[in-house]
Amino acid sequence: MTIDANGMHYTPLNKMIRQAVASGVREIVIDNVLGQRFIANGLRSNVRITINGVPGGDLGMFMSGPECIVRGDSEHAPGNTMDNGTIVIHGSAGDAVAHSMRGGRVFVRGDIGYRGGIHMKEYDQKRPVLAVGGTTHAFLGEYMAGGIIIVLGIGHEVAVKDRGIGSGIHGGEIILRGDIEDRLLGVGARKVIFTEDDLNRLSPLITEFCERIEVDPSQFLDTNYTRIIPASSRPFAGKYTWE
Amino acid sequence: MCGIIGVIDRTKARMDGSSIKKALSLMKERGSGEGAGYVAYGIYPDYPDCYAIHVFFDNLVEPKSKVDEVLQKWGRIVHQEEIPTYEQPCLKREHIPWRYFYRPYTEFIVGSNNPAEDIIKHLVMTVNSTIQGALIFSSGINLGVFKAAGWPEEVADFYRIEDYKGYIWLAHNRYPTNTPGWWGGAHPFNLLDWAVVHNGEITSYGTNRSYVESNGYKCTMSTDTEVVAYLFDLLGRRHGLPSEMIVEALAPQFWDEIDLLPEKEQKLKRTLRLTYGPALMNGPFAIVVATSKGIVGFTDRIKLRPLVVGENGSRLYISSEEAAIRVMDPEVKSIYMPRAGEPVVGRVVQ
Amino acid sequence: MSLGSVPLKYKISIDRDQCMKCMRCVDNCSYGVYRIEDDKILIDSRRCTACHRCISMCPRDAISLKEKPVDYRSHPLWTAQAREDIINQARTGKIILAGMGNAMDYPIIFDRLVLDACQVTNPSIDPLREPMELRTYLGKKPAKLEFTKSDKGDIELKTELSPNLKLDTPLMIGHMSYGAISLNAQLSLAKAVAKTGTFMGTGEGGMHESLYPYQSNMIVQVASGRFGVDINYLERGAAIEIKIGQGAKPGIGGHLPGEKVCSDVSCTRMIPLGSDAISPAPHHDIYSIEDLAQLVRSLKEATEWKKPIFVKIAAVHNVAAIAAGIARSSADAVVIDGFRGGTGAAPKVFRDNVGIPIEAAIAAVDKKLNDQGIRNEVSVIASGGIRNSADLAKSIALGADAVYIGTASLIALGCRVCGNCYRGLCPWGIATQQPDLVNRIDTDVGSQHVANLIHAWTLELSELMGAAGINSIESLRGNRERLRGYMLDEGMLKVLNVDPVGA
Ligand code: SF4
Ligand code: SF4
Repeated sequence: MTIDANGMHYTPLNKMIRQAVASGVREIVIDNVLGQRFIANGLRSNVRITINGVPGGDLGMFMSGPECIVRGDSEHAPGNTMDNGTIVIHGSAGDAVAHSMRGGRVFVRGDIGYRGGIHMKEYDQKRPVLAVGGTTHAFLGEYMAGGIIIVLGIGHEVAVKDRGIGSGIHGGEIILRGDIEDRLLGVGARKVIFTEDDLNRLSPLITEFCERIEVDPSQFLDTNYTRIIPASSRPFAGKYTWE
Repeated sequence: MCGIIGVIDRTKARMDGSSIKKALSLMKERGSGEGAGYVAYGIYPDYPDCYAIHVFFDNLVEPKSKVDEVLQKWGRIVHQEEIPTYEQPCLKREHIPWRYFYRPYTEFIVGSNNPAEDIIKHLVMTVNSTIQGALIFSSGINLGVFKAAGWPEEVADFYRIEDYKGYIWLAHNRYPTNTPGWWGGAHPFNLLDWAVVHNGEITSYGTNRSYVESNGYKCTMSTDTEVVAYLFDLLGRRHGLPSEMIVEALAPQFWDEIDLLPEKEQKLKRTLRLTYGPALMNGPFAIVVATSKGIVGFTDRIKLRPLVVGENGSRLYISSEEAAIRVMDPEVKSIYMPRAGEPVVGRVVQ
Repeated sequence: MSLGSVPLKYKISIDRDQCMKCMRCVDNCSYGVYRIEDDKILIDSRRCTACHRCISMCPRDAISLKEKPVDYRSHPLWTAQAREDIINQARTGKIILAGMGNAMDYPIIFDRLVLDACQVTNPSIDPLREPMELRTYLGKKPAKLEFTKSDKGDIELKTELSPNLKLDTPLMIGHMSYGAISLNAQLSLAKAVAKTGTFMGTGEGGMHESLYPYQSNMIVQVASGRFGVDINYLERGAAIEIKIGQGAKPGIGGHLPGEKVCSDVSCTRMIPLGSDAISPAPHHDIYSIEDLAQLVRSLKEATEWKKPIFVKIAAVHNVAAIAAGIARSSADAVVIDGFRGGTGAAPKVFRDNVGIPIEAAIAAVDKKLNDQGIRNEVSVIASGGIRNSADLAKSIALGADAVYIGTASLIALGCRVCGNCYRGLCPWGIATQQPDLVNRIDTDVGSQHVANLIHAWTLELSELMGAAGINSIESLRGNRERLRGYMLDEGMLKVLNVDPVGA
């Protein structure tokens, strides 16, 4: 099924998507998307939605199951508080990508803005993944409480050159291609060596990500990564004293 | 929330207002229908050396005669007329927009490097703080602000901004928390050659305000945006700093980053921060400032508001949302997100 | 006719069931409250100053202290204090001396000011995870930047910064001289400021050689007595402060009694052993504002213009104009000391009745300097009764660049504000020169406590700023928008230039 979203407001657009899903459609293409927010907001099911254009903010917020493929850039916070499913963005994305994401995967081929993966969290079987092909701006993985962030830095000298990486991280891990200057680490973040074991554990994910963003995975299957983890799961426990 | 967008054609090729109206309307979601506005540079080629003074009058009796009187005291009104407007179903007409084309008598004051501008600034401050029922909201040469309380399309249609052609346009869609529905509170905010559109809230307002007031400005608009215009006027026009350096003063690098720079650069940045500490702006913001020579856009130091840049040949776009740029120019070439506090400058090439 | 005795100030009692007779109270009390007779601890409550040393050392919590154990007939005007002062003066015919700060029940303006926080329209900033800049530079600032064009056409910065002090937190420790406090107390404070990236004042008593290792964190003071002042002393300081007056006793000088001038104090102050150290009320080379400018310049000249010069004045009625006058000299900072400032000893009538509160003084000075367009060119340091990080934040929002704390830093060393510093028997080893008492301070432990205090206030200040959406101290400075007055009258609101709550 194909929808022409030219000039359409997001509420009727989402209504059409929801109706189609309810009637059993499993493949939707939306053309001429430009700035419509909240696409696939709170949507359940295993539908695949291809978005041609630039969706507005909060793409796939609260989404639980579907797959959204964006042929274009995306504005702020795709994957916001997302529960399950996949978002693949073939362009770049704005600030707060995967904000508070609880499960599923957000794959971005290009760069992302500030505070990517802020407060991603994991629980039980749910382990969210944010993978970025390009680079990111400051405060990547801020407050991160779980899940995995991977940044490959394709087309950039270093994967991340902005400050505050993993500031306040108390769960999960951040995997960055190459080495990262210590001064860029945020409070409570610790740099550890990326081992063969890590590679074995993560190579299926790296491979899948590369395939989804259409780059050759073989060049990324080595241990030339930096792994950033929490220094403690309670980084601020020592901050307070009782009256 | 607010939405902002700006465009410059660096070769000064003029664009009419229809495409920026579309772009701003696309960001409707960012406003609340209580304020929108546009400013364009190069729209009054017939009066190339006159200050175009746009005024909101509550009526054309008392306030107007008082404004006429002070203007005539300080200079010559070359031409004046009501700004043409067109009834819109949902837009309540609160004021009568009027414009004067005006030449101040520069020989009247001494001790000024730029008497004409000092007179205009003085007139703006005087009218806005002392004449009830009159508000000067635009006061530069060959430029004009068009704003009102309404949605972006309504305001654009109210003034028919497609009838104006400018080489720089800024536009703003407002979601007010303060002074809702007040026309003066809508952006762009303008003083002399400076125009500002701003998305955000300036938590350092109190400090910035005392600083500009101690330098002879009067904050009369109860909005934090006017303070940005005054800061640019003070640092740019009166202290002669280039735009990049003004942005560095308003949104400086962090000390820990400055400490790592080579000595000479460190010294410059330290001196700049110490000298202009009270001008530092805090809080979440994205701002685009224009003068007849170009535009500059920047965000707060930790990027608490969005800003996207697009380029296509001689055109540079700065906007809250990428989609708005693409609506204006589907052929836009490179789109990127500037870093926090980094100035994005588009200058007119001669 | 005898006036008889006045009632006890404090009544001490020991819970004999709890007491284990460890004798710590006996050993610790320097005022002689406790003595042993026939294996029994006897108590002389009249000697007690409520310094709490015994209470804090008792392992069994066996000691109780009750203030004013004897009632007078209550009377709103003729308070117990009023009556006792009269009895005292009737007996002696003398000026009453008292320690620590203003003890009158004036309303505390700080407690009627509330701070702001973000909700919805702007995000608060988490200071632990995102940058929060408290770094403060004290000293003269240029009014504007100036550039020159080099031969090659490059733009070069022409403006030269005058020397500024760089503080990691806008909180310093004020001037308490060696003599007024002990060397171990000074050393503890010095180690703490060095650890926390800030500064302390030497007071007017010179600099003891054991403080030399910390001299780059010390501000040397030049007061009317010029004690310990020579060119070496001036050169040692990171900055130099001229003390004109002090909040606890504006308009009068000081007097360190000869008994306190032991050999170490005598050589640090450069005066003979056992002689009184008298600081005249005015500097006798400063009878006018021009003279002050002269002294500032003379100090600058002597130290080759390498050091910022501060001028400290007591907050008096005309503080704003005086500060503006100081700002016009070559001075780099004005220190204003409010009427709650502490002191070792001051005539009670001054301590309790002269001067104005620091909150109003900061606001008035900030306004005057702003009106004259020179606020940013000079730094303003506030002191006198700053008790916690909220007072610190409010002082800055009212217009201070930084504050000095005095009493608070002593409390971190054990002081319980008993107000008997002038007696030289401080059981905490602070306001005394008696070696056995001084040795009660372990300077490593003491400095850690003071550093902890500075650290904790700094953390709280960052949190307060972050909550208000501010990540740089410059943007809190003089930012009245972030303050509201609660139950302050209109006149006071106007002076403070803040709106009332709800406005
Ligand atoms: S310190 Fe306490 S336990 Fe020890 S002798 Fe004194 S009252 Fe008794
Ligand atoms: S410093 Fe003074 S007030 Fe504090 S405990 Fe010692 S004597 Fe008492």
